[in-house]
Amino acid sequence: MSSKMLTYILKRFLMALLTIFLVIAITFFVMHAIPASPFSSEKAKSDAVIAALEAKYGFDKPVTVQFWNYLVNILHGDFGLSTGWVGNTVMELILGGFSYSARIGFTAGVIAIVLGVILGSVAAIRRDKFLDKIIQVITTALVSMPSFVMATILLLVFALQLNWLPSLGNQPGGLVLPIISLSLYPMAYVTKLQRSSMLDVLGQDYIRTARAKGVSNTGVIFRHALKNTLTPVITYAGPMMAYILTGSMVVENIFSVPGLGRLFTNSMLRTDYMMIMGVTIFLATMIILMNFLGDILYKVVDPRIDLS
Amino acid sequence: MADKKKFKNPLSLQIDPALFETATDEEKAQQVTMRESVSFMKDAMRRLRKNKMAMISLCVIVLIALIAFIVPTFYPYTYTKQDVTAQNLAPFQYSAKEQMKIDKGQNVFPHIMGTDNLGRDYAIRVIYGTRISLLVGIFSALIVIVIGIFYGSVSGYFGGKVDMVMMRIVDIIYSLPDVLIVILLSVAIKDWVASSKSELIARLGAGMVSIFIVFGLLYWVSMARQVRGQILSIKEQEYVLASRAIGAGPSWIIRKHMIPNCVSVIIIIAAMQIPSAIFTESFLSFLGLGVSVPMPSLGSLASDARTSLRSYPYQLIFPALSIFLIVLSFNLLGNGLRDAFDPKLRN
Repeated sequence: MSSKMLTYILKRFLMALLTIFLVIAITFFVMHAIPASPFSSEKAKSDAVIAALEAKYGFDKPVTVQFWNYLVNILHGDFGLSTGWVGNTVMELILGGFSYSARIGFTAGVIAIVLGVILGSVAAIRRDKFLDKIIQVITTALVSMPSFVMATILLLVFALQLNWLPSLGNQPGGLVLPIISLSLYPMAYVTKLQRSSMLDVLGQDYIRTARAKGVSNTGVIFRHALKNTLTPVITYAGPMMAYILTGSMVVENIFSVPGLGRLFTNSMLRTDYMMIMGVTIFLATMIILMNFLGDILYKVVDPRIDLS
Repeated sequence: MADKKKFKNPLSLQIDPALFETATDEEKAQQVTMRESVSFMKDAMRRLRKNKMAMISLCVIVLIALIAFIVPTFYPYTYTKQDVTAQNLAPFQYSAKEQMKIDKGQNVFPHIMGTDNLGRDYAIRVIYGTRISLLVGIFSALIVIVIGIFYGSVSGYFGGKVDMVMMRIVDIIYSLPDVLIVILLSVAIKDWVASSKSELIARLGAGMVSIFIVFGLLYWVSMARQVRGQILSIKEQEYVLASRAIGAGPSWIIRKHMIPNCVSVIIIIAAMQIPSAIFTESFLSFLGLGVSVPMPSLGSLASDARTSLRSYPYQLIFPALSIFLIVLSFNLLGNGLRDAFDPKLRN
């Protein structure tokens, strides 16, 4: 690895850290701009009780001090105490939910990339043929469907009408529908990316050279083309992560999966500010880190790309 | 005489006027039209008109927009009017009370899409939801165009340190997760919006207000990047140097030379932004953070339909179909615009 590459990675890493800090700052100050105290909505509490609660959660100190404490605590993996699920720390709840969301999200992401690469390559190889047109129509339709439409229609058709799969996430096989509904949109997107990148590569001179030397069609595609078509898909890793994580809020609600997305929407209903802040920062950090990894991988895989 | 001249010297370059006839006015006119310059804009529009999918999408969008903005003016039902005797009717079904009226010979306008669980006419609610989606799409495009062009052209034109600082800011904004910030903001300003003096803000709801704030803060970055890139290359052209040599200032050069040359990039990016804005709004409404009740949005209608999905699936189908049609049309039109305005980007 060249020193140029190391500088690039370091620069990108510092940038990612700065962005994470910014997200924490935005989250913190936006939530603290809310005039209402998290305890004021609950009924019949004397001022002394509210003051005691505020002192317990540290809401009585100046905002800058609170921010500093919050930052230091986050670095120790402590997002504070949940007010909506009393007796739990935010970190415990996040990790509990994340174990579900990560499983669904990871499976959905892998399915999306594998199927997307296959479908996109097939479409490019059979360009303008019937198969290509079918794939194009399906992907165009899929990228025009919001996640909630996709999920509710799958629920309606496969769980309620046909009774093939359970409608709730905690039943056996219950995670199949949430995974499918999360993977369809990214799959369609990867297909589009892969198709245009494959078309681009197949038009290159070295492919023609390989063909002229008598390499078979499958040999050209698998040994010469495929490796070089994957760079655009790698850059999509970050945005895909963002889509899957935000999409899980909707999908987990529809299929009642006790994941991070459902936790987030529930914490909004319970006005659990510590929880909202914690989940926002956690999700944002995941997305930013994924973007960072995608960028680095992109440059490592394709040395032709200028680092400046 | 003419024949003699013709064979005098076959290699002679002397032209015999007798062999020619004068052009008629019609033929002259033909020459003029042929010489008319084909501007970039006209050329692109010609390519767009040839694209069948894009033209169909454009017609669908216009049709949906006409329905969404004209039908509510004369429609006999409103999106708030509840009727306890006509709950959860199927499409074109009448309640007992309405059936009695019909039997008496009175005219009752049919519930084209049935009614919801409060007896509100569903068709008009879907139409209002569609209207919200279209408005969000159009306003987001406007915000993106105005801020993105301004930021990108200033950054690209001045270059150097100014450009570096401005682009670092763009890099950071680009990596902020926008949907999370919209959610955060709409949670934070919910109370403020509900108690707002301005009727418009109160009617829009916390979700919508924060969507527009976040569009204004975050969504313009890809537009700014593209415009900057374009400006950087235009800046080196000779005609810009010529313009500067005769005393044109930065504002003149940006307005008269650079922005017109960025039009294709601007149109493409703005068209791509519309579907993603509509997605974000419906997503928030589905989570209950969008427009405030009783104003319907396609997202909140789909969300409400979930409670009785098994019994009344059409309450999901209509808003779902509507949002699908809108986003699909905008996507196809966007693809068509991209192909028409930037032939290099095809595939």
